[in-house]
Parts: sequence; C-alpha cells; structure tokens
Amino acid sequence: MTDVNVAPARDDSEDTVWVEEVSFIDRVPRSVSMIFVFVVFIALWQLTHALALVSPIILPSPGETFGDMLFVGHNLLTGGYMLPALWITILEVIYGFALAIAIGFSLGVLVGETAFGERAIMPYLVAIDTMPKVAFAPLFVAWLGFGIESKVALAAFIATFPIVVGTAAGLHAADENARMLFKTMGASRMQTLIKMKLPAGLPQIFTGLKIGAVGVMAGAITGEFLGGGKGFGELIRVAASQLNTPRVFSLILYLSLVGLTLYALVTFAQRKIVFWHKERVGVSEH
Amino acid sequence: MDLSAAPADMPSQHGAPVYELTHVSKTYARNQVVALEDVSLTLRHGSFSSVIGSSGCGKSTLLKIMAGLIPPSTGRVVLQDRPVRGPRRDIGMMFQQATLFPWRTTVENIVLPIEIRDGRAAAEKAKARAHDLLEVVGLSGFENVYPNELSGGMAQRASICRMLITEPAVLLLDEPFSALDELSRDMMNMELQRICNEKDATAFLVTHSIPEAVILSDDIYVMKPRPGRLAEIVTVDLPRPRTLEMMTTPKFGEIVAYIRGLLDREAEL
Ligand SMILES: Nc1ncnc2c1ncn2[C@@H]1O[C@H](COP(=O)(O)OP(=O)(O)O)[C@@H](O)[C@H]1O
Ligand SMILES: [Mg+2]
Repeated sequence: MTDVNVAPARDDSEDTVWVEEVSFIDRVPRSVSMIFVFVVFIALWQLTHALALVSPIILPSPGETFGDMLFVGHNLLTGGYMLPALWITILEVIYGFALAIAIGFSLGVLVGETAFGERAIMPYLVAIDTMPKVAFAPLFVAWLGFGIESKVALAAFIATFPIVVGTAAGLHAADENARMLFKTMGASRMQTLIKMKLPAGLPQIFTGLKIGAVGVMAGAITGEFLGGGKGFGELIRVAASQLNTPRVFSLILYLSLVGLTLYALVTFAQRKIVFWHKERVGVSEH
Repeated sequence: MDLSAAPADMPSQHGAPVYELTHVSKTYARNQVVALEDVSLTLRHGSFSSVIGSSGCGKSTLLKIMAGLIPPSTGRVVLQDRPVRGPRRDIGMMFQQATLFPWRTTVENIVLPIEIRDGRAAAEKAKARAHDLLEVVGLSGFENVYPNELSGGMAQRASICRMLITEPAVLLLDEPFSALDELSRDMMNMELQRICNEKDATAFLVTHSIPEAVILSDDIYVMKPRPGRLAEIVTVDLPRPRTLEMMTTPKFGEIVAYIRGLLDREAEL
C-alpha cells in the first residue's frame, strides 16, 4: 500500500472567481477621457496665453476664440454675410466629392477589372498621384475662372486618387475560391463584377471614400486660398490678412464641422451598406 | 474483397457510364509542370469514387478539368455524352472552403447559382427548394441568418445545399470537409452518403484521408505524383449503407492498410 493521500483542496468552499486586471487608463469611459483631454488642451492654451509665451496677436486666448465663435455662430444662424460664404464652400465640397466619386469609381473599375486599365492607365495615374496636386490650382483657375468651378475641380482632383486606388484594390479583394465558385456557376464577367467583386471590395472602396472625403475639404479650401472667390476660405484669408486670429480660429472650427459631417456621412453609409464587415479602430472596449 | 490491381479503365458495378475521361493530360503552360499524364477513368451512374494521393500530385487539376474550369492539354472529357467545354449546369462542385458570401443570407447564398443562370425571379422561386435542402442537412431555421453567424460545419452544410440546388448529375468534391474537425467530418461524410443515395447522384471526391475514402467509396483511385497519374483502382466491397461502426471492422482495416502501403511505396520512390 502506498500512502497516497487524497487531500481535499484547501479552501474547497470558495469559487475560483477572480477579476482580470485592467489598468486604470483603459477603464476610463470614453466620454470622460475625451472631456479630460479637451480640458487639458484648453488649460495649456490658457496657460500659454496667460504667461504671454506667444504674442497675443499670434495666439488669442481661449476666451477670445470662444467669443468669436459665438459671433460667427450668431452670424450664420441669423443669415448674416458668412452664411452664403459657408454655403458656397459646402457646395464646392458636395460637387467635388460627387465628381471624385464618379470619376474615381469608373477609373477604379477600369484599372481593377481590365488588364488594359492595369497596364496602360494605372502607370499614368500613379505618376500623377505622386505630383503635389495643389500645384495644379493656378491651372484650374486659369482654365475655369475664379468661380466655384475651379475649386470643385481641385477638390475633385485631390479626392479622386484615393477612390481609384480603393476601388481597384477592392476588386482584387475576393479570394481565389470565390472566383472559382463563380466560374463553376458559369457567371459572366459582368455578373462576377456586380455580384461578387464589388461587394467583396466594398470595405476598401469605403476606405478610399473616407480618405477622399478628407481630401475634398482640403482641395476646396486650398482652391479658395489660391483662387479667390466668395467661399469660407476667402473669409479665413481676409481675417488672417487683418491679423484677426480669433476669427481665423473660429472659422477653422466651423469649417471642420463641415468636414466632420461629410466624414460621418460616409462612415454612416459604410455601416449601413457594408454591414457584414466590422471595422476595428484602435483598442476595443471590453 | 478485390484487392488486386484492376486495369485502370475497369471500375466496378453500378449503372451506365456518366462521366468518361480518356487519355487526359495536363501541362501547365506557365511553368511546364506536367500535372496529369494519361488519365483515363469512367464514373458510373450512382457510384461514389474517390481519388487519393499525396499533395501536389494533380488531384485538384483533375477535378478542375472535370468541372470544365480549365481545359486539358490532350485527351477527351465527356459528361452525359457531351464533351465538357466549360462549366456546366449538370456539374456541382464543392471546395475545401465553404465560401459563402457575407452580404447574402444563407438562403440567398444557396439560390445564387440559380440567380446567376436564370435570373432573380427564378432564384426567388427556387427558395422553396432551398428550404427543403436546408432541412435535409439539418439547417432549418437558419434561412435568413447571415453566414458570419454560422459555424464552419454549418457553413459547409449550406454550401452542400448550394451545390445541390441546380440538381447536378455529378458532384465534384475537392477535400470538402478537410477544414472541419474530425467529429464533424465523420458526421458530414455520413450525411453526404445519405444525400448522394437520396438524389441518386454520382460523386467524385478528392481526399487525403484514407479512412474517409474507404468509408465513402465504391472505387478509390490511387494517384502517383510527378507526373500525376492513376496508379491503381481499389474496389471497396463493404456493404451499403456504410456506417461509422464499419471503421472498426477488420475488413475496413485491411483496405486502409493496403492503400497506405500503396502510398508509402510511392513515397519511397
Ligand atoms: N495554375 C497552375 N499553374 C501552374 N502549375 C500549377 C497550377 N496549379 C497547380 N499546379 C501544379 O500542378 C501540380 C498539381 O497540383 P494540384 O492539382 O493542385 O495538386 P493536388 O490537388 O493533388 O495537391 C503541382 O505541382 C502544382 O504546383
Ligand atoms: Mg488540391
């Protein structure tokens, strides 16, 4: 007989429940984290201003900027002179984005779907894409004048390339099995494109659209800076030339609302259309 | 039991020839790889055949040629008295991956072949049949679920339904369950046998599992590599329907051992 002792586990009455440790910084709720960063930012800004580290002409105080934002907001809401300017910029962004989507998507399909497009068109697109595109602004002004057309053109020009790349890459996203399956079903090229390659590529296409949405904003404002006109960018330029920095800051903030709205619209469309694809951004919430 | 090497063009029993390959060879132009050399085989109506061989010996190439996905370099491929010159409605094919499309519900995935061939209206009508098929494979109630919510085994069942919706005369299966765990695989194999029996289908299975080939097949084609060719046809005369219990019988073990011997001998060369 061996003296193997079946000893009972020591604290046998206790459940083995334990909590996985999550460090403090990962436990803070999103809203609290965001407010915290905002407060720190404003505090640093106020401090810089209070200590006069930078000339107040260059950097206004948060209070001044906030006051000016109220003024601009009031002007916009009561239909003051800034509203038509904002509207012009919004139109440039809408037209520019629509144009970029139409051209970018068509070129993307041509490049991604046909051997001709990939061999003969893609190299030129890559070449143009590597050029600094804002340098074309004076050309667009010379061709299209000082109206919104030249701004729409520059905005579309900048936003087209990411959409081409997103679409072309998206069309290559479907795997070999899916292609073979469609072949066994006797699908035509058009059916394969519409029922398989395009839906499979939607995540990449939307990535292109998001980058394009950012670019279209930059294009419209750059166009206004370089080509005059009556848009919001012109208001910024005038305010800057008068060293009215609080105004510049508040105009930029309102402008960024336009950009954010566009980006949010694209993201919303993506969630609805590409419902099966869960995009993961950053650290997930447990 | 007939373990003697049968002549390569004389498989066992069953009905009229459905599928005939004569002197089929395939050399891939891209890299001059001789993937198949002088393969001749006949599939008879209602029979279940498997092809087994080491990886890279040309099994998938053979299946792709039979499915009309790629042309042979030389030789004749005839299905139901008509040469195969491209994908056909009377051929059903299944791959290792289920490949369901995540933007379509299960039932929409299943009627996809109909939608492609006959349009949306026909696909809509075929949904009733899809429901019946889903019931056959035990997926009732999952019609309107998106594939992201299906397990690997469930997805593979759904892809069986997609293959069957066009009521093909021949089923070509390229390692269909090799991505599944062993327990689900055994179950799926029994299900496959039942479906083939029910539909009176002719099946041709590529596998690298000897027991799987033995438990399902009437004839097993053993392939040798470089260049890929048929070495021997092994006839399995276990009674039908096959059950998983048969895998423990001495006869089953004998056949498995025999095929393993063939494959090992080839590996030594
Ligand atoms: N599309 C292809 N182009 C060139 N060579 C290929 C192609 N497909 C397969 N091969 C070659 O043909 C041989 C047989 O491949 P395959 O039929 O896939 O074998 P298995 O399915 O038995 O693993 C291999 O040597 C492989 O490298
Ligand atoms: Mg293979």
